[in-house]
Formats: sequence, C-alpha cells, structure tokens
Amino acid sequence: MLHFLLNQEPIAVADAHAELTILEWLRVHRRKCGTKEGCASGDCGACTVVVATVENDALAYRAINSCIAFVGSLHAKQLITVEDLAAREDGKLHAVQQAMLEQHGSQCGFCTPGFIMSMFALYKNHPQATRHTIAQSLGGNLCRCTGYRPIMDAALQATRQATDDQFSAQAEACVKKLKALQPRQPANANDNSARFHRPTSAQQLATLMQQNPQARLLAGGTDLALEVTQQLNSITPIIFLGEVTELRHTHTHTHENTHAATNLATTDEKPHEHEIGAAVPLADCGALLCAEYPDLAELLSRFGSAQIRNQATLGGNIANASPIADLPPALIAVGARLVLQQGARLRRLAVEDYFLDYHKTALAQGEFIRSVLLPGAQAGRSPTRQTSAQPLHANAPTQKIRAYKISKRFDDDISTLCAVFNVTLQDEVIVAVRTGFGGLAAIPKRAHHCEQALLGNPLNRRTVQQAQRALNEDFQPISDARASAAYRMTVAQNLLQRLANELTAGEQLENQPPSRISVATAAAAAC
Amino acid sequence: MHVTGAALYIDDQIPFSGSANELGSPLFVCVGGSAIAHGAVKRMDLSRVKQAPGVVDVVTAEDIPGQLDIGAVFPGDPLLVADTIEYVGQPLFAVAATDFTSARKAVKLARLEYHEQRPLLDLAEAVAKRFYVRPPHRMQRGDADAALAAAPNRLHGELRIGGQEHFYLEGQASIAIPEEDGSLTILSSNQNPTETQKLVAQVMALPMHKVTLVTRRMGGAFGGKETQAAAWACLAALFAARNHRVVECKLARGDDMIMTGKRHNFLHRFAVGFTDHGAITALTSMLAAQCGNSPDLSDAIVDRAMFHNDNCYYLPNVTIDGLRCKTHTVSNTAFRGFGGPQGMLAIESIMDEIAFAVGKDPLEIRKLNLYDTDSGNDSSGAQRNITPYHQRITDFTVPQIIAQLESEADYWQRREQIKSFNAASPVLKKGLALTPVKFGISFTVSHLNQAGALLHMYTDGSILLNHGGTEMGQGLMIKVAQIVAQELGVSPARIQVSATRTDKIPNTAPTAASSGTDINGMAARNAARTIKQRLRAHLSAQYQTPAAQIVFANDQITVGEQTLSIAQGAKSAWLARVQLSASGFYKTPKIHYCRETARGRPFYYYANGAAISEVIIDTLTGEYKLLRADLIHDVGNSINPGVDIGQIEGGYVQGVGWLTSEELKWDERGRLLTDSPATYKIPAIADAPPIFNVRLLENAANREDTIFHSKAVGEPPLMLAISAWCAIRDAIAAVADHTRCPKLDAPATPQEILKAVDALRALKVAS
Ligand SMILES: Cc1cc2nc3c(=O)[nH]c(=O)nc-3n(C[C@H](O)[C@H](O)[C@H](O)COP(=O)(O)OP(=O)(O)OC[C@H]3O[C@@H](n4cnc5c(N)ncnc54)[C@H](O)[C@@H]3O)c2cc1C
Ligand code: FES
Ligand code: FES
Repeated sequence: MLHFLLNQEPIAVADAHAELTILEWLRVHRRKCGTKEGCASGDCGACTVVVATVENDALAYRAINSCIAFVGSLHAKQLITVEDLAAREDGKLHAVQQAMLEQHGSQCGFCTPGFIMSMFALYKNHPQATRHTIAQSLGGNLCRCTGYRPIMDAALQATRQATDDQFSAQAEACVKKLKALQPRQPANANDNSARFHRPTSAQQLATLMQQNPQARLLAGGTDLALEVTQQLNSITPIIFLGEVTELRHTHTHTHENTHAATNLATTDEKPHEHEIGAAVPLADCGALLCAEYPDLAELLSRFGSAQIRNQATLGGNIANASPIADLPPALIAVGARLVLQQGARLRRLAVEDYFLDYHKTALAQGEFIRSVLLPGAQAGRSPTRQTSAQPLHANAPTQKIRAYKISKRFDDDISTLCAVFNVTLQDEVIVAVRTGFGGLAAIPKRAHHCEQALLGNPLNRRTVQQAQRALNEDFQPISDARASAAYRMTVAQNLLQRLANELTAGEQLENQPPSRISVATAAAAAC
Repeated sequence: MHVTGAALYIDDQIPFSGSANELGSPLFVCVGGSAIAHGAVKRMDLSRVKQAPGVVDVVTAEDIPGQLDIGAVFPGDPLLVADTIEYVGQPLFAVAATDFTSARKAVKLARLEYHEQRPLLDLAEAVAKRFYVRPPHRMQRGDADAALAAAPNRLHGELRIGGQEHFYLEGQASIAIPEEDGSLTILSSNQNPTETQKLVAQVMALPMHKVTLVTRRMGGAFGGKETQAAAWACLAALFAARNHRVVECKLARGDDMIMTGKRHNFLHRFAVGFTDHGAITALTSMLAAQCGNSPDLSDAIVDRAMFHNDNCYYLPNVTIDGLRCKTHTVSNTAFRGFGGPQGMLAIESIMDEIAFAVGKDPLEIRKLNLYDTDSGNDSSGAQRNITPYHQRITDFTVPQIIAQLESEADYWQRREQIKSFNAASPVLKKGLALTPVKFGISFTVSHLNQAGALLHMYTDGSILLNHGGTEMGQGLMIKVAQIVAQELGVSPARIQVSATRTDKIPNTAPTAASSGTDINGMAARNAARTIKQRLRAHLSAQYQTPAAQIVFANDQITVGEQTLSIAQGAKSAWLARVQLSASGFYKTPKIHYCRETARGRPFYYYANGAAISEVIIDTLTGEYKLLRADLIHDVGNSINPGVDIGQIEGGYVQGVGWLTSEELKWDERGRLLTDSPATYKIPAIADAPPIFNVRLLENAANREDTIFHSKAVGEPPLMLAISAWCAIRDAIAAVADHTRCPKLDAPATPQEILKAVDALRALKVAS
C-alpha cells in the first residue's frame, strides 16, 4: 500500500495500481478528466499536475507530467490537479485561473489545464516572475492556438499579485498529514512477488536487485515511462529509487574527508567535491551544479522542460548511455566520476569510462549508480593534462567552461548535438583541456584528437582550424530526424570557433548564441 | 470552464461505469496500419490479435456492411484496405477491446505479410512522371510566354515548401453510442459533422436520419478534422453497431501523426520577367503539391494555392499551373490557409529575388507591384486590379496597412540600424522583412457557402441557439451568440449555444475557409430577426403600439411607455400562440466561378494584413530567434477584438512554426520519422517574439454586407508569418552584403539556414 493526498483527500493505493501512470489513474480510475492527455510522452504538458512534498517542514510545489509519472512515486506527497484550484466553498477561481480568463489565455482550451498547473507551480515558487523565468517554467506546455502572448501576460499578471492562496492556508495541516504518512515499514522489501518495490536504503536496494535480477530501476521515469506509454512494454517488476535515502542526498566533501576515498590529493587547488545522489531530480541538483559551474546554467535550463527537470534525475540521465543525453558531456568535461554499488561493494568510475557503446555501459549485473562525484571548479582538470600548479598571481591559470546545446527548437528539445568545453588558459595558452560531446557518436564522448590539437596552443585561428580538422577523426556522426551528419559535424567544428570568439574576443553579446540576445531583447522590452 | 478543467472533450465523455450503463462497459478501438508504403497484403493472420487479453472484436474490410470508400469529394480512401496499400500506416484492420491499452497491445500481435512494390515518395519524381491524383489545372491572363520573352530582365528558380502537421492538442477521437432502432449517436471531434454523418450512414448502409453527429468542441482542428475525422467515427460506429456497446475510437499521438494527412508540401518552379525598376511584366508559375495517395481535398487546396499565387501583386501576364501529384504517403488535407500560404510564399520569395536582382529594398519592390484599385493603368492600358482569375480587386486596404506599419514600426529606421549592426557583427546577423497578405474569403466550391441556424426562445426568456458551425477554439460560439444577442438586444449570457448537432441543423458546410462566423452568424441573425419580428408584431397588437415604438435593448423590450422583461414578452407571445422558435438560413451572395475558363468571382471579399518581422541568426550554427513582430490586420468591424487578436497572434506563431522549426521527414521506405512531439517541434513559449505588437486596422468596415461588416479572421493571419521567413533570408543575405539572394527552402530550420549561409560564403570566396 502507498499513501498520499489527492488535494486534501487521503488515498491508499494498492501496489497493483502503483505501476499506473498518474494520468491514467486520474482519468480512468478516478474519472477526474480535467487533466488532459495530448501526447503521453512528456512533450506537450497537457497532463501537468502539481505534486507537493514536505521539505524542511514546508511544502515544495512542483509541476510534473502525469502521463509519464507513476502512481508509485507519490507516497507521502500531495497531488494537486486542475480541479482543485478553484476554492471549494464558493468556486472562486485561483489567481492563475482568473488571469488566464482575463487575458484570453485559452482558445480551444485543451492545453489550458496543463498551463494552469504549470502556472500554479510558478505562482507558488516565483512571485514577481520575469518573462525569462516564465518562459522556463512554461516551456514544456505547448499551445497550438494562442501564440502564447496572452499566456505570458496571464503569468505576469498572476505572479505580480502573488499572495497567499487557499493552499497556503492549508499548508500547515497538509504538512502534518504528509509527515504522518512518511514513516512506514520497508514495504514488501522481501516480497518477491510484488511488482512495485519501494526500498528506502541503498542496502535494501542492492538486496532487491540481487533477488530480482529482471527488475527495472525507476528513477524519474522520464525515459522509462515511454517504454510503457509508447512501446507498450511491461516494465514490471519495478524498483523505485525515489525513496532511497542515500540516492536522494547531496553533500560536499572537503579535502580532508575525501582524501582517502577519491584520491583527489593530486591537486592542491580548492580540493572540494560534491556528491550528488543518483536519484536527485535535476531541478534540485541544478542549483549546485550551476553554483559550481555557472556556465552550465543555460544547458540545465534547457534540459527538457520544467516538468521534466522536476522528475528526471541525474543518474537516470547517465544510466542508459543515451548518445543524446545532455549532462554526460558536461560531466565528462568537468571530470566527474560515478559511485557504483553492487551488493555492499562500491566502486568509482570516471563518467567517460561508463559508456561503452550504443546503450551499453560498464554497469555490472545487479549494480546501480549510487551517486555522482562532481569536482570543484578548479579541480576539474585532468591530472594527466595538468601543468604543475601555479601560485595565484596575475597570470594564474583560469578555467573556462562553455556548454553549447544545439537543437531545432530552443526549449524542450533533444539536442541535435551538445558540446561542452573545459579549458584552462594561462598566458593565453591552453594548458589543460577536456571536452564532452553528445549527439556525434554512439555514446557521449571526449574528443581526444581535438583536445590534442588545442593543448599547449594559443586559442588562435590556426589552433581552431587544427582542432576543427581533428574533430573529423574523433567523430563520424549520423543523419536522423533531427539533422544531417554534415550539419552535426559542421556545427561541432563551428562551435570551436564560437569558443575562441567567446574566450579571446571578449564576452560581448556578439560572440554569443542568439538565444542570449533574444533574452536581452525581451528584458529590454519589459523595461 | 476551460480554466477549471470542466470543459469536456471527447475522451472525457466516455460513460465508464459498467453497471450504471445498460449497454455494458465501453469498448476502445485501436487501428492496425500497414508497415509498407505500397503493395498488397499477402497474408493477414489476426488469430493472435483475437485471442489477446481484453479483445472483444476485430474487423477488416470484409466486415463493412455498406460502402468501403470514405473519400470526401472523390473516391480513393478505403476505410480499411481491401486490396492496394498506398501508404505506411494505412488502416488494414481494427480492434476493439475493453480498454485502450489492451487494444493497442493486441494490434501489435498481428502477423502480416506483404507483396511489396516500390513506392513513389518524392514530389519531384511525381512531377517528372506526371503521377497525379487529379488532373492539372491552369489559370491564365495575358500572354506570359511572349511577355517573358520580351522582358528586359528574367529570373527563374525553384522553391521547396514543406508541409505541416496539425498537432491539434486533442487528437482524433469519436465515441459511438448505439440507440434504439439501429440508430447511432456519434460524439466526434469534428469540423464537418454533416459529412461524417453521411459517411457513417454509407459505411453502415443506413439512411442519414439514423445517424446523429454531435460536436461540442474540439481541442484544436486547424483543418485536420475537416475530412480526416471521419474514419475514426466510422470505425467507432461499426464496432458500436456490431457489439451494441458504446465504443470510443481515438488515436494515440503517434498513430495520429502517422495516419492522418498534413499540410501539403509544394514544389514551386517559376520564371519571372520584370522591368529595370523591378515591376513584374510576366510570370509563369508551376505549383506542384504532394497530395499523398488520394485526392481528399487536394483539388480545392491546389486551386486555392493558385488563387493566392498573386498575393497582393498585379501580374500583367501570368500563367499558373497547379499540379496535384500522387505519392505513396498519407493523403494530405486541409490546414489553415488551405494551400493559400504555399501559393503566397512562392510569390513573396520571388519579390525578394527581384529585389536582389535590381538592388533595391524588397519592400520597395513589393510596393511597386501592389494591386492598384484607384488609378493607374499598366502599359497595355489595363487597370492594375485584375487577378489571374479575372476577379476585380475593389476593396484593398493593403497600401494603407503597409504605410501605417512602415511608420509605426519604424521600418526604414530599423533597416538602417540593422545594416550597421550587421556591418559590425561578423557572426550574428539580423534580418528584417515586411510582407502583406490578401486572402480570399469564401469556399471556392460555391455550394458550400451556405449555413443554417435554429433559435428557440423559452417562456422564461432564456434563449437556445443552434447553428451548423463547430467550435475549435476560434471563438465561433461566442461570436455567433454575440450576434444574436445584439440583434435581440439581450446580453450574451442569456444565450446558451448548444453543441453542433446534425439532428438540429441538417446539411451543413464544414467549419472551414474562415467562413464560420460569416455564414453561421448570418444564419443565426436571420433566425433572430424572425423571432424579433414575430414578437414585435404580437406586442404591437397586444399593446396597441406602433411596431416602430417597440425597442429591443438592454435585455428588455420597450413597448411605447411600458417596459417588459424578455420573459414577459416571451410569455405573452406564447399565450397568444406565437411561435418562438425559428430557423435561419444564409447563402453567400455575388460569388461565381467557372473552373473550365478559370474565370469568375470566387471570393466575396478579401481579408488583408501585413507584418514586419525582425530576426537574428547565428551564422555558426544556423540557430535563429525572432526578435520582434509588428502586425496590422484588417478584420473589418471587429465583432470581438479579444477573439480576433487571439486568432491573429495564434495564426502568426503557427505560421512561424510552419516556416521554421516544423519539419516533416520520411525515410526511404516512406515511414514518417518525425512521428512524435519529441521530433516534430511546434513553437513553444520562448519562440513567440519577445516584442509582439498586434493591431486591428481601424475604421475598416467591410464594404460588403457581411455580418456587422466584419471580416473573417481564422486563416489569413497565418500568412503574416511569411515575413519571418523573409527576414531570415534577409539576415542570411547579410553574409554576402546583400549582393546575392540566398537559396533558402522552407522550413528554415537551423540546418537549412546554415546550408544557405555556407553556400553564400562559398560564393563570396569564389568571387
Ligand atoms: C519530454 C522530454 C524531454 C527530455 N529532454 C531531455 C533533454 O533535454 N536532455 C536530456 O539529456 N534528456 C532529456 N530527456 C530524457 C530524460 O528525461 C533524461 O534522460 C532523464 O535524465 C532520465 O532520468 P529519469 O530519472 O527520468 O530516468 P528513468 O526514466 O527513471 O530511468 C532511465 C533509465 O536509467 C535507469 N536508471 C535510472 N536510475 C538509475 C540508477 N541510479 N542506476 C542505474 N540505472 C538507473 C533506469 O532503469 C532506466 O533504464 C527528455 C525526456 C522527455 C520525456
Ligand atoms: S500528455 Fe503530453 S506531456 Fe503528458
Ligand atoms: S488553446 Fe488550443 S492548444 Fe492552447
């Protein structure tokens, strides 16, 4: 049994229903049809619902795609759907509903419930939201009718006046109710007939995996659920990672406490390292990643949509070895490593060594990704390529990270290609370099030839040309629905030019991608 | 209702609980489609399908009691394949099961073997082989060949124009409910209830009066539910009748994208002659459309492309050929603009090419070639206001709109700013373009220009309105209710608009061609007038007051000195046995068109508009961003400015999607590669221009006697997006300092843009 709140109503669901998508459960089993299905693949946002969880004794509201989220992930959470937003006593519309109505934000209306819910999460999380924040929060909701202008205006209007709403009034009681649901017997940990397992510790998880070798691991489900809704495969038995304490944790190791474990002592700069649990959603680890590497912010903000980022986990993005996953190139470039666990045994592995071939990984039978070790900013350079450390002075080495995601549509699109560069410049010479590329090969990969061409050289025209040529030896991309092989290679090569422009010619807008110009235009228009 | 989730769409209406429903629990349909593009079924073994869990019934072509073909205008669309397979995904069989997932799983169990034949998939190949679904058609005025030969300057070229998936958010869906006497009620997400009613009747071998279609609202349609909603209604009906159960047939998104047609892609070839100033003297134009495997609506669609190949420009000598090419792909269908956008893009592209050739700003070339309704004859003495199909342009607001846009949106000043930006910016380039729109309003198939309405006034003063138009988000219901409200002097809140039902209004036209409000609004007003006249006559007699002193306003009726509520008026009429129900009818006047001679007046009037788009492109990656759009559109006297502006903005962004990120791709075996929103990208919120100014043209009453002198607004604004495509091309041209016109096809994806940039760079290096 798992327990959650459907708005205020306590719900107990048998394990047999845990493997239903939330959307199917709502529409078919509860006949609550306000939540719509537009694609069943996480791409349109019509099915958006909001899930509230208890964090630091308060409620955190997150929009998710109910079409690719399972009921089994809802334990001790509050599920809020479009039917719950208007006040129950007098039917008074919620501020976001009122704003959508006043701004003509709805034409055919089919996308509207999803927009309302995304906007509700926005309202709770970002009072006084900017256009940019709104675009990031609503990028996963497609509307084919309105052209979005009235929806943008409705979001501006609603968040401008954001005040307490009926959910604020109920929050305290709700937190209590949810907390009361939290403690539970490690249900069915030993029940091998169960189809949906919810272990709470890494140890339980390891044991379950050994007992159920055919079981599928479910993290955010944003990949896995598509097997159910698109390929119609059965994925049971399922082991859900979302309640495994160790996999949900993030902490920072300083030099002292990581020394033994990670052999980071080879460097004497900022020797700290973050350990991010594999099942931490991107929305949560994003802040940490960006704090360490601000240049990854755009890549992260363009990962899927707000709904996807709220569900999708870091581990899930790595585990499958998808050639077009966006974070592996970044993790490879900064020199991140994985902590893998099998039974009680832990091992560490560089992210780049995890990927063997198309959807083939170094993961052994019964092994899972426990966490990701993210080196601190200056420590990310490959020891083999590192010149001896210099004391801090005027021409100290400076590390620059640049991440480029190229896709047909700016928001919520899978990368045509993704390139991440981590270069350290000293006296205008590249003294260390790591790259990570996605979309160019069967797996996310470093471009070793290209790195060789860059290393030890100034980032000038000649070096760029050499590095561009070298890319031909690193990659033979393919053509598919997103782009041609030639386009992929040309753009990858051109991105080396962009890197040079950005790092040497200065950081004025001219040298940057047009997306940033348009953000700047929007900001200028708003004032 | 929309904002609370209370608005019901098809899938929300399925009566679920088995026991509460005397018909037993409902069934759900999934359709099994062909895996090959062309050939025949060698063996179809459905035994495993029939045995699959939950499966209740399976049908093939043999199980259809009536007519197999459901072609809308011409035959060619079998409901289920009986012999020849003509596209990947073409329905071969269908399964009904107790739940949707079981039906979908069962379909995958079919064992199918095919006799495969080589499919023809490429439009250019179909053109070369003259492989057509319908014969070509020509429009002609003057002698284009002679004028071309005599022209001081000539250009010829080719443009490929991509298609577009509708991506209505609510997929195709119908529910069939068996009634007594073998009747069927069908709830359908459908723009054309009458047509589907007829097809269901034919498929089921029933008279039309036994089939009732009901359409409450659609979660988007855009033309995709004009003919191609019928098949799913027919299949639901078939299973409902066979099993005497409620049956829903809805398409999963992937099936929807594979099994239903799209906007036609076109190949345009042209030769144009022009003066040294850039005035067109001759045009020969070939518009070849990829129709897919069957005619569907392609004849009318290609005609409309031809009707719009002039857009706003006078073509003194012109020949336009429209080819309806056949390929072994899904049958392409109506999509907002109905061929018009493709015809219009073709001429706008030519305008750019001429501008480059004579070294002028494209806007100057556009203005130079505009129709002229007031003065000015061309060299042969003809007035510059006759279209290639010999309709005279009389009401033409485009020059005024362009002038207003030029000044309000600072076209020339921004042109200079962009020039200096580009001069200082080697990597990012900006582009700007202004393009106009003239879009003909009326179905070009004349008999469709008719509509009916039925209006009831009840004794409590409440009013129920039915009409033949369907609601797909375009605001038709609210507009028609407003029209009736205004006619009767009541508030719209008093009027309930019923679902569109074929048992209320028979023999209706599809809600299409932007005509919904024009014709249904008129029909509804006629019904309202009848009731008003009866009330007036009755009250005049009852209160001994001259009819002229009876006023309907402010939700009441003033009879001389007295004031009656609507309820009092209605009650009084009822007691006097005055009929308070009336039907209304309307047919569009003045239109006629002779297809043999390609002459006539196919359009009652034209809707006009123009837009300026500004974009920035990245010459390293081909990425682009819209920076600003300024739109002015002529809707005549707007009935509802909020609704109209919504149509304009939405149309523009949808058009931008068509011309930029929305790319359809098939593989070499005819399988759609972009079969989900993960690979087919319609615009998202960040793709709308950050500066987006939309204005309605003021003081622009339609000169024709349309409803309140308004103009139709559904389709025309989509074509304002052509300015975005032209702006992208303008930005690309900056790479070679505007010395050459870039070769750019549509959609202008990042890949296409980069290709054009690199081609220009290569030319620049070479020269
Ligand atoms: C609409 C949409 C947009 C998307 N956009 C992007 C995008 O922009 N960029 C991008 O990179 N991806 C994108 N994705 C893909 C997907 O969201 C990501 O790959 C995501 O990170 C997967 O994480 P998850 O937690 O949802 O994984 P799940 O679906 O839960 O799992 C994925 C796979 O990894 C396995 N797995 C999960 N966790 C572990 C673990 N700890 N150890 C071992 N195996 C494990 C699972 O068994 C499963 O096989 C998108 C997906 C959708 C539906
Ligand atoms: S239904 Fe489209 S995202 Fe869920
Ligand atoms: S209102 Fe129709 S999809 Fe948004």
